[in-house]
Amino acid sequence: MHTKSLTELSIDLIQQKLSSTELTQHFLERIDLHRQLNAFITVDAERALDQARAADRRLGRGTPAPLTGIPIAHKDIFCTEGMLTSCGSRILSNFVSPYNATMIEKLRQQDTVILGKTNMDEFAMGSSNETSYYGPVANPWDESRVPGGSSGGSAAAVSAGLAPAATGTDTGGSIRQPASFCGVTGFKPSYGRVSRYGMVAFASSLDQAGPLTRSAQDAALLLQATAGFDPRDSTSVDRETPDYTATLTADISGLKIGLPKQYFGQGLDGQVELVVREALAHYEALGARLMDVDLPNSALCVPCYYVLAPSEASSNLSRFDGVRYGYRTQQYDDLTQMYAKTRAEGFGAEVKRRIMIGTYALSAGYYDAYYLKAQKLRRLIADDFRRAFEQCDVIMGPTTPTTAFTLGEKTDDPIAMYLNDIYTISANLAGLPAISIPAGLSGDGMPVGLHIIGRYFDEPQILNFAHRLQMGTDWHRRSPPGYTS
Amino acid sequence: MALDHQTVREIAELAHLELDDSEIDQHADELSRILGFIEQMNQVDTTGVEPLAHPHDGRLRLRDDQVTESDQRASFQRIAPATEAGLYLVPRVIE
Repeated sequence: MHTKSLTELSIDLIQQKLSSTELTQHFLERIDLHRQLNAFITVDAERALDQARAADRRLGRGTPAPLTGIPIAHKDIFCTEGMLTSCGSRILSNFVSPYNATMIEKLRQQDTVILGKTNMDEFAMGSSNETSYYGPVANPWDESRVPGGSSGGSAAAVSAGLAPAATGTDTGGSIRQPASFCGVTGFKPSYGRVSRYGMVAFASSLDQAGPLTRSAQDAALLLQATAGFDPRDSTSVDRETPDYTATLTADISGLKIGLPKQYFGQGLDGQVELVVREALAHYEALGARLMDVDLPNSALCVPCYYVLAPSEASSNLSRFDGVRYGYRTQQYDDLTQMYAKTRAEGFGAEVKRRIMIGTYALSAGYYDAYYLKAQKLRRLIADDFRRAFEQCDVIMGPTTPTTAFTLGEKTDDPIAMYLNDIYTISANLAGLPAISIPAGLSGDGMPVGLHIIGRYFDEPQILNFAHRLQMGTDWHRRSPPGYTS
Repeated sequence: MALDHQTVREIAELAHLELDDSEIDQHADELSRILGFIEQMNQVDTTGVEPLAHPHDGRLRLRDDQVTESDQRASFQRIAPATEAGLYLVPRVIE
């Protein structure tokens, strides 16, 4: 039951071969059975089963929406009314949200079930899920390895069959990198496609929400339910939402795949490259054409990002002051000390590091050298893509330079950790949609992700390419050893 | 770019983060390394390039100035660390 696609599950639900209550119960049992993965921060079984029973009544009335009755795991960054929304941080470890994020609201309107809230790097700052206040998540393919981050809990949950689908957010790779490490499909839509309302803000000009699923087809279904204009998000784009499933199987012959040489250079693991090249050969066999493109400023994406994201974060995270919600320190003499101690005790090491970088980059005397310089580079990086997309339809490469690394391997070296996102960050800087899909296994049995970047708002093209590979291969159907039954 | 302890203390003060001496040491070291890495940006000449703040390039939508939210003070204050008579309580700032 836990390896079925959303399409199969929704058919079973609509034909009443299966009830949402049974389905929800099944996943709750699996979550409990595999709790050593630490994929969830909160599971409220009673609430989930209540929602499942309500979904069953709607199914019984014959008025279901496409995803009615499907249990979904949500990254603990989405505000969920009446439930803990911790964002993986001590400072929000007592925050029961008074409202729903638009992402949650839209899925609840379809009567999907909130299966639980998934573990994540604190405030989505991390690439390994090791910065969570609630402890690291294990990779279901090898529990000594990280699941990636920051949506590590969501990726591990889908990979291990603890949820049929999950939500995530991606600021520099936080959907795609864990999807790659855990062998699932992870899709970051264009900036402005999915509402950010009620999603705890990290870097507002880069953050975007999206699905983690077992296939591109499932990603299309979840995107369909969550995309669209939201007046509550000032950066939401008022454009019609196309039918994402309509073009999944479209012919790709004659379409051009751009391969930036910068994505196949130094630092790329040989096994990862081999798997990616095999996927590219598959596309060639389907009639697509491979061509070289140039993204000359690629190497500067990471430094540029590590100015912009911490700068925006230092501003966004100034709201956590122990006054209106969240944790407040016990002992203080005055207001300033209350702020400083609340934040010192409430934030973990990586979050403090980024607040410090951002505060420095924005401070008087350094603004031009860091923040403004990075914004200029951001334009050059976006222009690189604009030129490349004049020649090709999509850009492909590896999602990450290596497969999942071991727990603790990079925790003492922030820069080595940051370099994990070297291929994913550019899509956030340019606001472009990008997906990671499972493309094979490396020699050590770990999943490898293929990264597909598309033109702004061209989600259908990306999903089309991803689905075509999944029609001809079964990498996305593989489960980690020990999680097949 | 190596950051001295005094600069790190000043940043921490601006950021409202209480750091002890060992943390100041650690941050001075880590931030210096990260800034050194960030300075790779200087390899590219950006003279005359317009800064890009946002994927929408500054074209942000405006809405009419109308009240659209209802009063939810009670539910918002229920999760506050300290309130009284509808107000948020903080240590006294005016004697």
